[in-house]
Amino acid sequence: MYEYYLTIVLAPLAAAIVAGLFGKKIGRAGAHWVTIIGVGVSCLLSLLVLKNMFWGGHGSENISVYTWAVTDGLRMEVGFLVDRLTALMMCVVTFVSLMVHIYTIGYMHDDPGYQRFFSYISLFTFSMLMLVMSNNFLQLFFGWEAVGLVSYLLIGFWFKRESAIFANLKAFLVNRVGDFGFILGIAGVAMFTGSLDYATVFGMADSVAAHSIEVLPGSPWNAMTVICVLLFIGAMGKSAQAPLHVWLPDSMEGPTPISALIHAATMVTAGIFMVARMSPLFELSTTALGFVIIIGAITAFFMGLLGIVQNDIKRVVAYSTLSQLGYMTVALGASAYSAAIFHLMTHAFFKALLFLAAGSVIIAMHHEQDIRKMGGIRKYMPITYWTALVGSLALIGFPGSSGFFSKDLLIEAVRESHWHEGTTLGDQVTYWVAYLSVLLGVFVTALYSFRMFFLVFHGKERMDAETKSHLHETPAVVTVPLVLLAIPSAVIGWFTVGPVLFGDYFGDAIQVRSAHDVLAHIGREWHGSLGLLTHAVMTPVFWLAAGGVLTAWYLYLKRPDIPAVVKKKLAGLYTLLDRKYYFDDLYINGFARGGRALGAFLWQKGDQLVIDGMMVNGTARSVGRLAGVMRQIQTGYLYTYAFAMIIGLTLLLGWLVWLR
Amino acid sequence: MIGLPHYLTISAMLFVLSIIGIVVNRRNLILLLMCIELMLLAVNTNFIAFSRYLGDETGQVFVFFILTVAAAEAAIGLAILVVLFRNRRSIAVQELNTLKG
Repeated sequence: MYEYYLTIVLAPLAAAIVAGLFGKKIGRAGAHWVTIIGVGVSCLLSLLVLKNMFWGGHGSENISVYTWAVTDGLRMEVGFLVDRLTALMMCVVTFVSLMVHIYTIGYMHDDPGYQRFFSYISLFTFSMLMLVMSNNFLQLFFGWEAVGLVSYLLIGFWFKRESAIFANLKAFLVNRVGDFGFILGIAGVAMFTGSLDYATVFGMADSVAAHSIEVLPGSPWNAMTVICVLLFIGAMGKSAQAPLHVWLPDSMEGPTPISALIHAATMVTAGIFMVARMSPLFELSTTALGFVIIIGAITAFFMGLLGIVQNDIKRVVAYSTLSQLGYMTVALGASAYSAAIFHLMTHAFFKALLFLAAGSVIIAMHHEQDIRKMGGIRKYMPITYWTALVGSLALIGFPGSSGFFSKDLLIEAVRESHWHEGTTLGDQVTYWVAYLSVLLGVFVTALYSFRMFFLVFHGKERMDAETKSHLHETPAVVTVPLVLLAIPSAVIGWFTVGPVLFGDYFGDAIQVRSAHDVLAHIGREWHGSLGLLTHAVMTPVFWLAAGGVLTAWYLYLKRPDIPAVVKKKLAGLYTLLDRKYYFDDLYINGFARGGRALGAFLWQKGDQLVIDGMMVNGTARSVGRLAGVMRQIQTGYLYTYAFAMIIGLTLLLGWLVWLR
Repeated sequence: MIGLPHYLTISAMLFVLSIIGIVVNRRNLILLLMCIELMLLAVNTNFIAFSRYLGDETGQVFVFFILTVAAAEAAIGLAILVVLFRNRRSIAVQELNTLKG
């Protein structure tokens, strides 16, 4: 299998290099063919790996490929740990990536940076595979940063747009904040275990948890809590959890295919994957899990609310992504790692689908993204309409769709989570915050999803006549990926939910302490997908989702005049949401401007005045001034020098003769 | 009886005279060269006087060396002087102040 793994990783890299460096030579068609073949090979082999694991009985493999360096006993290696968690991620990544590659042919059809774009997305696939297949922290960090870099490059793909440059810089800077925590966490791991290898670190987890560390003098913290919280801060940056979420909505400046691939399906879920991968560590720190669940709950609910007031089609989906990532994080915090990964998988399909559908609409609308200028597109774009409907239904958890299984069981897991049985007040608060957030989030999700859906596809046609006359279904390269993504979005939940959540699919890839194991608890009453489906009507989740859809229907189709009235009545709330809780203002005017002011101060006062002015130039100037005085002595006449010499000699001799 | 002090006195007088010549003279570079020669002669006188007084001939041998060097030096000095005159059309010491700071 070793060759398989190498091929899976290297095929997209090779394609990226060919398309990137020889893009001019191989032409546009050459660029998309070489990258699609590269990613296609990866995808097929990944599916083969998954098949071998699931049906072929292959166990997990931990292979060291190359030792890069050994310093002071710390081995820095490139290696693959392929277990069932990895195999699942590999399939999701390569499949969505393949769909996006095909879709891009249509979306970027007229773009001058065609080859560059394909090169970047292939490079992204390589980086993401390195991240998920890593067997050590260093390679994880490499993949982590590499996907961040490609994300930066792709958000700023249209680098002549000022807003794109602003957005990619913002994404980069916010991610640096998260990565700062992440690398500190890795450093903590290396400090306590002396190793970067997963297997070694997980083996020593118990001994690490016995240590404590004084970050602030006088208050010892459990070492594992510190490490886990730091690692999770990294995940907060990459997976856009509040308060480090601000970059994700802005990242929609990039082309739509990458919004689907990077900022919905794969890269932003790297944080979720990482925490699930680190489950043996996180399980040892209840405090860290509490932190995770609170952050996730806040993100899940409050970011969903923002989706309701957005008017840019892609931003609505972006806030929905934030909210869904919050759901996954909540599941992680509730120790239901499998549920988080399961939701990650279904979300990857239906959110990529929604983004690509949005992109399809955007193509048809000639790059108009404002949903207020759309409406009634349904009859012009039937394939996009139906696939978007499948995506939206999956997103709100319509019974039977993939999102239903993942989200319903995720909420169930939170309801049954060990915080529920906690005795301290903190545990109770944690529980109620998390549970209410995910529960009310269902209503919000349904509301914003169908608000967008109705505004775009139903109702009055609000676009101008010019656009309307050109409105037609997008070409096959766009619709085929939509259909191919719609299929798993609709049905994948049915037959994967049992094995993934309750059938011990992950084996020892995810380790949960028995006291925390909510999924096992739920699993005792598990009667198959159909059983869950028949009970769907009895859960609050269903009614909340239905309520959200109905509200959206009533407000935006039946009585489109009401939203304006509500907006006027709740002006304060609307402004709060419209300003995105003032996070952007705080960061831009507070941190960014403060940082720039500090930088300007240090530059002008510290550097220019003190160092350059006083120390460097000051020294030179005072020497010059002294020389200016001294030069007056230099008359240039020989006799003066001779006289000075004689006087000097006389004094010297006199000193030698009389004073010594 | 003329003794060592007399020689030393005359040598010191010659030396001081030549110093005064260097410092006071502002017109002629040749005079300056002559003063230097005079200075060397004063030193020579000292050498001879001490050589005789101490009964050691090394000093007198040294004088020959000094005379030789002085001759060479005078030749070079005069050559420089000629070039200088060609370039500047003057050998006045007062005008040679290109080293002024």
